[in-house]
Amino acid sequence: MIDRLIDNRGLDSFDYRFLALVFAILGIGVLSIHSVTHAQQGGVAPYYIKQLAWILMGSAAFVVMLVSDYHRIARLAYPLYGAVLLMLAFVLIEGRTSKGAQRWIALGPFSFQPSEFAKLVLILVLAHYYSKTPRVGWLQRVIMPGMLMFPGLVLILKQPDLGSGLSFVAVYAAMLLMVGVRSKALGVILLLIVMLFPFAWEGVWGSLHDYQRQRIMAFVDPDYDPGGKGYHALQSRIAIGSGELMGKGLYGGTQSQLKFLPEGHTDFVFAVYAEEWGFLGVLLLLVLFVALIWLSLEIASKAKDQLGALLAAGIVAMLCFCVVVNIGMTAGMFPIVGIPLPLMSYGGSATIMTMASLGLLLNVKRRRLSLFY
Amino acid sequence: MATSNTHESELGELQRRLMLLRVGLLLVVGLLAVRLWHLQIREGPYYRDLSENNRTRSVLLEPARGLIYDRHGVLLANNVPSFSLYVTLEDVKDREGLIQSLSDLLGLDPAMIRKKLSVRGSKMLPKKIKDRLTLRDATVIESHRLDLPGVMIQVESQRNYPGGMAAAHLLGYVGEISPEQLEKPEFADLHQGSVVGQYGVEKSFDRHVRGQAGQKSVEVDALGHEKRTVQVDKPLAGNDLYLTIDIRLQKVAEELLGEESGAIVALDPTSGDVLAMASRPGFDPNIMSRELTPKQWVEIVQDERRPLNNRASQGQYPPGSTFKVPMAVAALESNTMSPSSSVLCTGGYQFGKRVYHDWKATGHGYVDLHKALVHSCDVYFYTIGQRMGIDMMAEYATDFGLGHETGIELPSERVGSIPSTAWKLKVKKEAWLPGETISAAIGQGYVTVTPLQMASMIGTVANDGVSYRPRLVQAIMDRTTGNLQELPAVARGKAHAKPETFRIVKEALAAVVTEGTATRAKSPLVTIGGKTGTAQVAALGKEKKPEKDIPKKFRDHAWFVAFAPVESPKIAVAVLAEHMGHGGSAAAPLAKEVIETYIKLMAEEPAAAPQS
Repeated sequence: MIDRLIDNRGLDSFDYRFLALVFAILGIGVLSIHSVTHAQQGGVAPYYIKQLAWILMGSAAFVVMLVSDYHRIARLAYPLYGAVLLMLAFVLIEGRTSKGAQRWIALGPFSFQPSEFAKLVLILVLAHYYSKTPRVGWLQRVIMPGMLMFPGLVLILKQPDLGSGLSFVAVYAAMLLMVGVRSKALGVILLLIVMLFPFAWEGVWGSLHDYQRQRIMAFVDPDYDPGGKGYHALQSRIAIGSGELMGKGLYGGTQSQLKFLPEGHTDFVFAVYAEEWGFLGVLLLLVLFVALIWLSLEIASKAKDQLGALLAAGIVAMLCFCVVVNIGMTAGMFPIVGIPLPLMSYGGSATIMTMASLGLLLNVKRRRLSLFY
Repeated sequence: MATSNTHESELGELQRRLMLLRVGLLLVVGLLAVRLWHLQIREGPYYRDLSENNRTRSVLLEPARGLIYDRHGVLLANNVPSFSLYVTLEDVKDREGLIQSLSDLLGLDPAMIRKKLSVRGSKMLPKKIKDRLTLRDATVIESHRLDLPGVMIQVESQRNYPGGMAAAHLLGYVGEISPEQLEKPEFADLHQGSVVGQYGVEKSFDRHVRGQAGQKSVEVDALGHEKRTVQVDKPLAGNDLYLTIDIRLQKVAEELLGEESGAIVALDPTSGDVLAMASRPGFDPNIMSRELTPKQWVEIVQDERRPLNNRASQGQYPPGSTFKVPMAVAALESNTMSPSSSVLCTGGYQFGKRVYHDWKATGHGYVDLHKALVHSCDVYFYTIGQRMGIDMMAEYATDFGLGHETGIELPSERVGSIPSTAWKLKVKKEAWLPGETISAAIGQGYVTVTPLQMASMIGTVANDGVSYRPRLVQAIMDRTTGNLQELPAVARGKAHAKPETFRIVKEALAAVVTEGTATRAKSPLVTIGGKTGTAQVAALGKEKKPEKDIPKKFRDHAWFVAFAPVESPKIAVAVLAEHMGHGGSAAAPLAKEVIETYIKLMAEEPAAAPQS
């Protein structure tokens, strides 16, 4: 109770710049989703309406994660993780099959993707672990957190959901970088590993599904077979490239409007945007993302305690990773792995999870002036 | 708080390390920006082109072929709408899967589809897989459209011959251009799947009738489904042909031949117009213009009766006694014989050790040229042949167009052979034997002709030596301008003989019908002049068996060449009935029917001009 009293008195000012950035990106996302899907018939509600609904629900999650003290939330880390693991296991057994991978749990009219929430929960778990554990040896610094991450990672890769799995590893690696390893040199190596991970394919080759292998083959030579394996990559590059400087204008993107670009409203929403708004639009979007991440890093570096800093750092790392890998894959720099673009790709679980994470981030910022102990 | 200090220092360290993330972030975002700048600015125009290609497809619009009419404007060939199946490879994601689905849905042979798909050409251009789809099949494809990316049904015009088998050899048929044809320069502007004339007038006038393909640019989505039309270049319909034949006469001629093999050619000797050209057995050009199965094709090609052969212009037969007509002219012109000088025919002609028989074993007695033609005396012609020699005979025969192409506008015309000493040396690599001259004089031995050549020959005689190239098309109507271009008759030189010679010969030919070997051609309607011929197919030994005892394929061919009216000839006819025996009994009545029909038709409607 006392916590709450102190809370109410010592809050930092609400950061409207942060909120403006979030909603600007969300708006661009909805517009692009509308553009690419408005011509499609069928379905109960148009995608952009549904996305607006997800954003509304995400806003609720944002508020929930903002108002209650992050220390209280972090205390729920292990039970939440347990629940997530159960859900992941449930998905494996019962989850409905979609595109060769099982990722969703159907909840009435909604379907729910536990692997998205697993990422945020992992951040909570690791932040909680590091802030509570004296970090004296390798066992506590690296092995134990790795053991914590491992069951979740296995379950996610088993689905298989390579994108979420990579995000999972990225979160873990970011945490190691922040607190797990003692020397800076090792930290830099870790950072490199995280950035180069998408290229380290051979190790995971055997565990991949056919369609994933094909996508990877496509990365090697997308022009080899435009109708087949390299199709996604090539069409995405054509979409982005043909946008040129000024873009083709809203609703003018032929690649996406005529469905040459698959998954235009989800994983490839960036290509839709780049085609219609050109390089200028792309620069604007990059600036928005960098600004958002920069503000988030500020929050991490000004956090009052380790838990807050670790939570913020983990969230920022996840955000960075998803933005960079998604744009990189649509632009043909990385292989195509199913990672949505945060705040822009259509999808309920991802949108709600991202907004919840940002709520938690602001939570850390708001409480940076308060006293805890 | 015992750990407070460590905690503070660890927090500080953590927050200093965030610097790494900042640097990393800027570095990676910078890389992304460079990459995007490269894609959108440096390579932007290249990708813009790719996206244009992605979304537009060119669809070939096949032109409607020109219509074909007979000389009075009766429709012989037109077009009916038909569904064609096209596949654009660019839009096909799973080629084998598509082949399987198409073969399941339509019962097509997968190997055939695979072959059609592998024809060289742009992936962007649709390839024609099948035409003349039934409405049911077209509906099946349309209803599976979403599962068949790249597949397209086009409504096209399909060649149709309302008369069925009538004038089939003459009209010919159409078919999809073959890979070999595609290589030829004359078909340079055509594409795989284009339909071209493959036989008959359809082939020889193809460049007039073909028209010009148009093109439609359509915007398609990723599944190859048409979204909207960007641009259309309309196809230009082919030009219409007005043939010289009278389809009514043509049908009469074909019915006269019936189930027998043979040919009837009727020409207008004053212009070379082909009035009728029948060849039997025939075929249905509607079937030939369709995609035949290999089995059907083999059946037609291996048919021993050779229905695809146009016997009128491609059948080469010994002319038999009809050859006596040019020989009679030769005898008079070369002063080998005067009209009044006679030869004694005792039923045989001794040359060296061999006796050449007359068809009449008892002989004709003393015969002059008139009587020799009227009764077809062989001994008379053995004699004059022997006197003239083979080279002089060949010269006159050639003068009447024998041994050469008549120049009719039909593919693969055959020329027969008119032997001479030079010819034998060249073709047989042997010297000419004197005995061979004797059989050549009555149109046997090495002499062969086509019915068309014989019709032209008798027409030239009827027309006192003035000869025209036989022609099938009298006018072409330009569909775009609406102009009717009438083609002039083409004079083809003159047989060199005095008018007196033609008078004597024609008089004799008239007497052939009134009192000679062709009395069965005598008509109450019109005066007819003609000459019978019976062409030996095989040497049968000395004793002549009754005809009914000889297997049909060894029986003689019956010939009759004729013209009418004798006074001012309007029609020249050649009839050849394979293995039907005597010309007088088997061929002459047919010629009479044709001539009478034509005279009646002329009386009905004198020289109607082609309708525009």
